[in-house]
Amino acid sequence: MAPESLSQIFLSAALANNFVLAMFLGLCPFLGVSGRMDTAFPMGLASAFVMLVASLCAFGLNLLLTIFHLEFLRLIAYIVVIASSVQLVEMVLKKHSPALFRALGIYLPLITTNCAVLGVALFQTAREYSFMQSLAFSLGAGAGFTLALVLMASVRERLKLSNVPGVVQGTALSLMLAGLLSMAFMGFAGLGG
Amino acid sequence: MKDLSQAKNFDEFMEGIWRQNPVFVMVLGMCPALAVTVSAVNALAMGFATTFVLVCSCLLVSLMRKLVPKEVRIATYIVIIATFVTVVDYIIQALSLELYEALGAFIQLIVVNCIILGRAEAHASKHPPLTAITNALGMGIGFTIGLFALGGVREILGAGKFFGVSLFGANFQPWVVMVLPPGGFFVLGAWLLLFAALKRRKEAHLAASGDGHGA
Repeated sequence: MAPESLSQIFLSAALANNFVLAMFLGLCPFLGVSGRMDTAFPMGLASAFVMLVASLCAFGLNLLLTIFHLEFLRLIAYIVVIASSVQLVEMVLKKHSPALFRALGIYLPLITTNCAVLGVALFQTAREYSFMQSLAFSLGAGAGFTLALVLMASVRERLKLSNVPGVVQGTALSLMLAGLLSMAFMGFAGLGG
Repeated sequence: MKDLSQAKNFDEFMEGIWRQNPVFVMVLGMCPALAVTVSAVNALAMGFATTFVLVCSCLLVSLMRKLVPKEVRIATYIVIIATFVTVVDYIIQALSLELYEALGAFIQLIVVNCIILGRAEAHASKHPPLTAITNALGMGIGFTIGLFALGGVREILGAGKFFGVSLFGANFQPWVVMVLPPGGFFVLGAWLLLFAALKRRKEAHLAASGDGHGA
């Protein structure tokens, strides 16, 4: 285990190794809900929260599984934990902000199959992070995911007003945009190691 | 009658390869599609692993479609998929450690590949095992072809190689950005653009010939 400092881990997960733009995790919601700012930001926050919860649970679970030598159950255990935390977020949102709940629609339960969430849990296990390191990692990943979503949404809102050739419209355009954003994020390489 | 069912099976099979290609038409399962396709070999390995999980899970889901209560179906599917992914994970680790390290966490991330859950939910849970497998196999092959198209282009442009064999002379300056993350987005975007342009041309062609008949 590399003795990385907490701030390094946080910055690396948020910027240099941004989950969406450098590691290709969580692309489905990234392309799906980034059309408008007022859904992109809450979606980012909801995913970030699930990441945090899932990361903490995964840390505890991994300790437990290692004690009982049940490492092969890791994947199944993680996915169940993630599914339950998504359920939790869904219930809270439904109670406190029904409008937002409707706006996010199908993408909310789909956080379960957001690779970014499972990615956080898997990477922290693979890199043998300590508890505090896992915390910094999941916070950084959540912040990076929200940042990418918000950036993408703001660019796409602008693009709606501009005159784009018909063939390029749609997913192809979003992918090209994501490529450009990703290139911009490569500028962070080296930051935070 | 037999011909008819064969034709239908063939149709189910082709649906995933062409009409509903998961990568180019539905744009599903993008995360592994972009992350591991830095070379053709990685792309093929990922495609086969996903196909295996897809076919096995669809078979099991289809066999159990009358047993599983509606309320817990997604959870059941996820556990089934996770089981097969664990199997694949250990198989690849046993077969080739090199490949295992190249694909890394993305093998385990097959669990959250939307294609598999999508197929289980939309197709396998409503059809008998044989149809489900045919469809899943088609989808898997379609996904593999998609990955291969991405991986091949990225390896040729980004490293000047194909399956590890150098294609160009020593003077070739690799287009490094293609094997870096932005290249994934660009290559997929370019493929989608190509298909959109072809589709548009075909529609224009059809419209033109339609007019010709009218006159």
